[in-house]
Amino acid sequence: MKKNWWKILSFILLAYTVIAGFLIKVPDLPIIHQSIRNLYYHVCMWMAMMTMFIISCVYSIMYLRSSKYRNDIFAVNYAAVGTFLGILGYTTGALWANYTWLTDQSQSLGSVLKEPKLIGAAIALLIYGAYFVLRGSFTDLDKRARVSAVYNIFAFAMLFPSIWIIPRMVGSLHPGAPGSDSGNPALNAQKDLDSAMRLVFYPAVIGWTLLSVWIATLKIRYQLIKDKSLINE
Amino acid sequence: MFNRIYALLKKDLLLEFRQKHTFYGVILYIASTVFVIYLSFPDKPDGTTWNSLFWVIQLFICVNAVAKSFLQESRGRMLYFYTIASPVEFIISKIIYNVLLMLLMSTISLLLFFFFLTNPVQNTLQFTGIVLVGGVSISLVFTLMSAIAAKAQQNAALIAIMGFPIILPQLLILMKLSKVAFAEVFRQGAVTQLIGLVVGLDVLVIAMAIVLFPYLWKD
Repeated sequence: MKKNWWKILSFILLAYTVIAGFLIKVPDLPIIHQSIRNLYYHVCMWMAMMTMFIISCVYSIMYLRSSKYRNDIFAVNYAAVGTFLGILGYTTGALWANYTWLTDQSQSLGSVLKEPKLIGAAIALLIYGAYFVLRGSFTDLDKRARVSAVYNIFAFAMLFPSIWIIPRMVGSLHPGAPGSDSGNPALNAQKDLDSAMRLVFYPAVIGWTLLSVWIATLKIRYQLIKDKSLINE
Repeated sequence: MFNRIYALLKKDLLLEFRQKHTFYGVILYIASTVFVIYLSFPDKPDGTTWNSLFWVIQLFICVNAVAKSFLQESRGRMLYFYTIASPVEFIISKIIYNVLLMLLMSTISLLLFFFFLTNPVQNTLQFTGIVLVGGVSISLVFTLMSAIAAKAQQNAALIAIMGFPIILPQLLILMKLSKVAFAEVFRQGAVTQLIGLVVGLDVLVIAMAIVLFPYLWKD
């Protein structure tokens, strides 16, 4: 029970997110209207995805330092959950874009897809897709763990600028692009977000992140039991 | 250390001169690709198309030219290098070699593009500079990708799968940057910023290659 407090916290926060997220009054802005509530899902997916990838990268570094097979299991499962969250983020984003960005009929989906943040997200998914393909091409466990750890670290180092630096330098449809007056893309403390929404948004980020860590730990525990004979530490 | 890097580099260059078939193979690859593009356009392509085609072709040339740098080393020869040099020396010599190779290939493909598809570039000198910078960036990334793929079984396809998403941000920056040479107006300071970003990413790739390659090296 003592160790499980964060799982209960995650459940409570997510229940709060869903209930309060649909009930609390939101500012009625043009175009975006009530779809602004998607903020509690769409943005949280990306935050949780990034957390998963950071954890995965840290475990890859730990694997290279220690060569413990256990760390490889951690790295691959966090990467898998991160990729899944990335797909969810894409889906929620596509739904959102459908009602906000595509209101003008002349705008095609093709023009929207060249949005810098969408490119960054696509790169992330392609990189981790390649990571799993790379893993699939090995039969030797140690070699697979080592080479894929190297790729994971390198890919993450290259992913970081394409998600966190480049989108801030170019124009974007997302809030917070340079040139628009909506401020910092990482949600400015004073002016970007309505304070009532903030009360739901921050718990939502924590809740979703905890839930994804929970999913990852379940996957890891399953694989640790499955590969019990391989891990002798 | 520098002696050994020089020796390894010299060995790669000598090999290239003696086994000319691979070198000419890549040149022929460039020539036939450009020729196919030339035939597939009824008229000459406009500036934007020319630019995107050029960078895509650069990417494929690099995959072909750089890919073999690790694949050509047999297992026995790798063991031999293992005894005479450190992994850092080895990867640095490979990086230098690949950068030189790619600079040459970029120049050749640029000349062929000018010859077959005319020259829509306003400022040719500037564009050449951007092409050389781009060639360096692309070859750096693919050197490490080739080192990783050499460890896996079906490696040729893997290089493209692993490398393309990683090179994408740099390639997009380069495509954007080369519009300078097409006389597109940029906002003040944007060009320096973009060049800084490309060079910064290059430094990052070199640093990562030097840190990570030793782990790939030991078997």
